[in-house]
Amino acid sequence: MDTNLTRNFLALLARLVSGASVRWIDSQPDTCQRVYFANHTSHLDAIVIWSSLPHDVRLITRPVAAKDYWSKGPIRRYLANKLFHAILIDREEIKVHQSPVDLMIREIGHTYSLIVFPEGGRSDGRDVGEFKSGLFYLCKKRPDLELIPVYLDNMNRILPRGEVLPVPMLSCLTFGPPLWLEAGEPKADFLARAREAVRRLKEVSSE
Amino acid sequence: MNVVNNPRLLYLIGGVLLLLGVAEVIVRILKRRPESGIDTAILETFRLRVRGWEILFSVLAAAFLLGQTVTLILFLLISFWALREFITLTPTRPGDHRTLFWVFFLFPPLHYFFIWLEWYGTFFILIPVYAFLFVPASIALAGDYKRFLERTAKIQVGLLICVYCLSCAPALLTLKLPPLSETAPSTASAEPERGLRIPVRATAAEIGGPAAAGERRRPPEETPDTGGKVTLLFFFLLIVQLSDALQYAWSQIPSRHVIAPTINPTKTWEGLLGGTASVALVGALLWWATPFHGAHWWMSAVMSAVIAVMGFAGSLTMSAIKRDRGVKDFGTLVEGHGGLLDRIDSICFAAPVFFHCTRWWLVLHGYMPPFG
Repeated sequence: MDTNLTRNFLALLARLVSGASVRWIDSQPDTCQRVYFANHTSHLDAIVIWSSLPHDVRLITRPVAAKDYWSKGPIRRYLANKLFHAILIDREEIKVHQSPVDLMIREIGHTYSLIVFPEGGRSDGRDVGEFKSGLFYLCKKRPDLELIPVYLDNMNRILPRGEVLPVPMLSCLTFGPPLWLEAGEPKADFLARAREAVRRLKEVSSE
Repeated sequence: MNVVNNPRLLYLIGGVLLLLGVAEVIVRILKRRPESGIDTAILETFRLRVRGWEILFSVLAAAFLLGQTVTLILFLLISFWALREFITLTPTRPGDHRTLFWVFFLFPPLHYFFIWLEWYGTFFILIPVYAFLFVPASIALAGDYKRFLERTAKIQVGLLICVYCLSCAPALLTLKLPPLSETAPSTASAEPERGLRIPVRATAAEIGGPAAAGERRRPPEETPDTGGKVTLLFFFLLIVQLSDALQYAWSQIPSRHVIAPTINPTKTWEGLLGGTASVALVGALLWWATPFHGAHWWMSAVMSAVIAVMGFAGSLTMSAIKRDRGVKDFGTLVEGHGGLLDRIDSICFAAPVFFHCTRWWLVLHGYMPPFG
């Protein structure tokens, strides 16, 4: 099957199931190297963000996903490896010389953008959880990367934790203004600032 | 479905095309002249409204011409999207997830399928009986009892308004109308004859009662009026849209008496009464497009007034839901129109009442059996 055709079909399907309305607030879609970081409430999150990007941006954007989930079974493996070109992170065995951050930096080179969920796991959707430190170390090594906060609204109602069948409600995706790691910014400050950027989009999107 | 055997539909479509054309020309002229003194916000609203009517009209006309099945599929999709908007705005709990799955994927298609089969008795009770029992039982099965009745009611109201009520509009296509030879306004000489027939039919229905009404009065060789059903649906949608527009226009006059200021400050008594009266007038002028014209010309005026009042009730109810949720619109489907549900709220309330009034009329006059 034509991979490109399948990808476009999948993107369309994701848009239909999630009924996502997409808003860009103080930022624009761009093919420069970026890290999209978002709140995480559903398995559909990564594909919904991926599918709501314009076609040329979508081609160079790779989601970061958990290896234990996405390498289980031939369908998930096909989706993760062939269609999304996902970067799979081994959550169980984090080695020192093979850290997830190094893997990401190696994989994106100077072309690809990333979709990450810095909360580390799916939350219940009420509030954005504390961010894990991976985002900080990634930016420390590549301070040129543009960070785009993304807020996903209502995804936890479409496919909550522990459910297999989606309910096709409407969701809302808000892309916010870019931010960067400031020179010498402490880890805690930076992570709090990044988390606040996502939470601010939540307030804007519920207005 | 042969719609061309009925010239009334073509007249109606032609009339609407003409109206839309005039509206489009007015919009273009006013846009060229900013000095005309008309409020630009009102002008912009009007422009978007006209654009919305054009979209609605083209989609409907295409579906009607492609036949009953396509029309039903179109309305199923509209129901589905409206239900999406409704449930999205209504807080549910994780325990409702599986119930909602069936509410989305089982009941709407099944309901429309029974309409397609023309099983009146089944589609009439599928949602108000079976779905309404399924929802609370299925939520109870999930084991979450918090705000139980509230959650049940929300899902039930969503199904009722977005699927059941809306589907009554395309269900007009399942009615058995008077045969073509009795109603077609073909020649002018038919006029006095029709006038004579009125008392006869009325007495027959009165004397015979339900027993006589149940009998088939028409000889089997007469042509069924298939195009008339499409015309009836088109007439209904046209009257709803006109009633929305006319009520809005009437509520613009000064000395406003707002009906429910806490719910919708734009709905006034002037708008309701003036709108209803003018819609009744339009309905009377369009008597030839309805199946009632063979008997009582004023029936179509009364039906139009009923549609106007129910349309008003629909948009007031939906305003109340939106007020409670603290939003202005149900969604962002079409630019300047809010969500789909914001556009069809009056259809949802007017359709079941219009459907049943029309059906009662047909049953009373012996064109349809009372059941089945």
